[in-house]
Order: sequence, then structure tokens, then C-alpha cells
Amino acid sequence: MVDATDLYQEIIMDHTKSPRNYEHLADADHEAQGDNPLCGDELTVYIKLDDGKVTDVTFEADGCAISTASASVMTEAVEGRDIDDVEELVETFKNLVTGEEDANAIDPAELGDLAALRNVQNFPTRVKCATLSWHTLQAALNGRDEPVTTE
Amino acid sequence: MSGSGSVVEPPPPGSSPLDVDEIRAEFPALDQQVHGRDLVYLDNAATAHKPNRVIDAVREHDRATNANVHRGVHALSQRATDAFEEARDTTRAFLGAEDPEEIIWTRGTTEAINLVADAWARRELGPDDEIVLTELEHHSNIVPWQRVREETGARLRVVPIDDDGAVEMDALEDAVGPDTALVTLAHVSNALGTVNDVHAATEIAHDADALALVDGAQAVPHMDVDVQDIGCDFYAFSGHKVYGPTGIGALYGRRELLEEMQPYQAGGEMIRQVTFEETTYACLPAKFEAGTPNITGAVGLGHALDFVTDHGRDSIRAHEDRVLSAATERLAAIDEVEILGTAEDKASVLSFVIEDVHPHDVGTVLDREGVAIRAGHHCTQPVMDKFGVAATCRASFAMYNTVEETEALADAVREAIEIFH
Repeated sequence: MVDATDLYQEIIMDHTKSPRNYEHLADADHEAQGDNPLCGDELTVYIKLDDGKVTDVTFEADGCAISTASASVMTEAVEGRDIDDVEELVETFKNLVTGEEDANAIDPAELGDLAALRNVQNFPTRVKCATLSWHTLQAALNGRDEPVTTE
Repeated sequence: MSGSGSVVEPPPPGSSPLDVDEIRAEFPALDQQVHGRDLVYLDNAATAHKPNRVIDAVREHDRATNANVHRGVHALSQRATDAFEEARDTTRAFLGAEDPEEIIWTRGTTEAINLVADAWARRELGPDDEIVLTELEHHSNIVPWQRVREETGARLRVVPIDDDGAVEMDALEDAVGPDTALVTLAHVSNALGTVNDVHAATEIAHDADALALVDGAQAVPHMDVDVQDIGCDFYAFSGHKVYGPTGIGALYGRRELLEEMQPYQAGGEMIRQVTFEETTYACLPAKFEAGTPNITGAVGLGHALDFVTDHGRDSIRAHEDRVLSAATERLAAIDEVEILGTAEDKASVLSFVIEDVHPHDVGTVLDREGVAIRAGHHCTQPVMDKFGVAATCRASFAMYNTVEETEALADAVREAIEIFH
């Protein structure tokens, strides 16, 4: 039996209560907004790039514990990575929270704090909360002007 | 058991006017476990479960009757037509309407309101006309009128709600004037449970020679509704919230109005005679029912309404009020909980937020405890804006809920608080 506490693990709660990189980035190269109209989550991702690398990434959000924690974990995971590498990580993360087999085979040690979100796969109604920031990150990198929406 | 409209003695303190155990036994979906816990289903404002009577009627109709209505000369078609029209008359009686031809089948409340917007407002209104609605409305009683505004130039006036979530009736009176063509409002708020004084609203509308439309989606399952007593011109409701199937609902409209109105959709069933030069339209109610209707749904809805009538709407209301009071008391006793919607007259809905916990997270924790509630904006974003929240948790009750279940709700809420604080 998967309990609510398997979703709201200590790491998740820590990121929710003290989100990392939670600020407006005035000199961002890219930014994008995302929203989940079903629950009213709203979030903005800011990115600074240098020579194909993410040098700084921050976010601001008004949302649930899962979307906030996921965004916080994401900023830590992508900072310093090459853009190509980030795209790959986004796919890995989406596979992880939707329970795709390939992602489940990944060693948790490689995923760091991201691994804590693995249990989202047992809460299908919450997958959109977990992926909102990642879709928004992709939109920011791809320079899309339209806000991202989960619907 | 009392019939519809009968006077019911107030129950002795502590007892319910309904035999809830007996009622629960009629609803097979209630008897299950989710995540290893007994299901406590408190999402009835979204949709209610169906009693065996409805499930069986739908199955039996599909199994043994199934034929198109109003056109076959064979026995099955006649039986289907009889059952379909009997359901219409049941709906007429349920709403206190005079004439079954004043009952138009729709997919639900949304389509019923869109029908009025399309077949009446879009054709009759212009830039000098005003539509008065309230801040409490469901999106389905806002967006159709915004589209009418776009297409006709008619203006919208929004009547505010007070801090308890009640429509400010003085403001409604002020908003209605010579330019008002329509006053439209919910009978019961789906987000807060507020019961609106639709009698008074109708009177205010009629005093200004305007029409009155009542969105009854959240009222019909919980209280006696009499459209002639209310006096409204249109009344809309959905079958699935009153223990019937999804995809069926009805619009009541006053006969003179319906007769004057243009058809809604065009096609088969709604015509009298068709040539390529000219088509004449069928009489009521067929004029508004183009295409093969949801026959099975209508039959199921008829049985659902009979089921409610058999148990007595006054008894249902009295029982649900007990459950709502118990839930309100239990949640109000928890420090971190804030209840939104504290109007004097409320029905069936308890909206709340927990300090520093997003409603979506509350919903997930409650679900794992077997308690099904709704977390979100409930298709009422203006109400959320009014209270300065993005979403609320909403527990909503039906005739089969018990006072004991409100304890499960409160326990689950305390569990959520423990996880997040």
C-alpha cells in the first residue's frame, strides 16, 4: 500500500517549505510561465545561459507541494548542465514520474533529490503537478512566448 | 417514507428522518474500499452515485426496449417513446411545472443555459440590453453570457457576494433596471453551498420586465423545487447530480417563451416539414430537441427523480442539513482550518482551506484515507478571487452520507495537517 507519506517524503517537504533558487531573475536570458488550470498552480522559470550551459536557473510559484518541490529540485538538477543534457534530463524525469520502465531502472544515486519524486508515479492525478515546472523549463529554453499549460 | 411536498415532522434530536442504512444499500458504488479504506464519498456536487433502481432501469431499457422515439410504428418504438415521455412528465412534476412540453431535454445544465443563450439571448438582445448575474456563478453561467456579449453588444452586470458568500440582494436590486433583459443566478452555489433567494431575484427581474433564469444544478438533489412557486422563466439542471445518468439534463422554460424562441440546433426531430425552399419547425418540445435524444439517459433520470421523490425531498434536506452541520462543527474545531462560505442558508457544500497547505495536497492525503473530496476552483474562479485563494477543498454531501462520515473527514484533515505542519 502506498501511503500519502510515501509521496510527501522528508526531502519533498524540505523543498516545499524551503524552495531553492526561489527568486525573480531580473537579467534572465529566457523565461516562461506555466499554469495548471485544474488546481490553479502558476509558476515562472528564469534561465541564464552561457555558451550552451545553464549558468543560473530560478523560479517563482504559487502552487501545491508537489509542483513547488519539483521545481525546486529541478533548479538544482539543471544548473551547470549543457542544454542538450538538460533536454535529456527532462525526458528522464517525465519518464520517472509517469512510471516508464527505463526510468525506473535508473540508479537512485544518479538522480539525487529527483529520486524522491519517483513515487509520484503511484499518484497519477499528481503527475501534472510534478511535470509543470519541467514543461515550463523546456518552453523557456525553446523561447516559446505562449504560457505553458497542463491542459 | 413521505412523498414530495408533504409536511415532514422535525426529527427527534439525534436521529435522521431517513433510513440511511437502507438508502446506502441501494448504491452499490458506495460499498467499496479505496487504498484499503472504506470509501467515504464526499464529492457529490461533482457527481452523485446511482442507485440500483437507476442502474437497472438503464440496463433494462437497453436490453429489452431500445428503439428510436417518435418515429417507429413498431412495438419497441412505442415502448421507448412511452418511457421517454413518461420521464419527461416525471421531470415536469419534479420541478412543479404545468406542462410536460415545457421540459426540454439537454445534456445537462451547461447545455440548458447555452440553449437559452443561443435560442433567445443571441437573437433578442442588443447593445442596449443588460444581463445581470452574480459573482457566485459557475463558469457555465458566466461564459455563455460573455459570448452573447461578444456577439450582440449586450452588457453584463455582476452582483457581488458578501464575505459570507451570500449574494448582496440590495446590490441585485440596484443592478436591475430598465435595460435589464435577464437576471441569471444559481439556486445553490456549487463552490460555497450558499442557497440564493431565487424567489426574490425572480421578482426583482420581473418588476423590471426582465426574464429570470435559475441554475438549479446544485439545488435539485437537495431541496424541493417548484418553478411555478419561484416564478422563474427558465430553470436548468443536470441528471447526474441527482442520482441519474450523465449526459442528460433538462431545461424548464415557460411555454410562451419557448414558443416564441427560435430553434436551438437544427436537424431531424425538430422539423414539421422540410423542402429545399423552406422548413417549418415542430411544436414544443421537439423544436429544441434536434437529432436522436439521449433516450436511455432520460429514462434513467426519470427513475432517479422518482427515487428522490419516494424518499421525500424535505426529509433529504433535513438529513443533509444534519450532516452538513456536523461536518462544519468538526472542521471549525480544527485551528488550521478556515471555512469559506458561511451564509445563513446553505445546502450540502462545505468549502475550506487549511493554513499553508495547498488544497490539491489535502485532496491527495484525504484520498489515501478513503475520503473523496474535490480540490480546485470548482469552475468558479471569480469566487476564488473574492476569497483570495486559488482553490479550496470541497466536501459535498448527498442523501446517503452519514454523520459518522464527517468524523472520517475530520480525521483525514487532521492527518493532512500532521503531514504538512
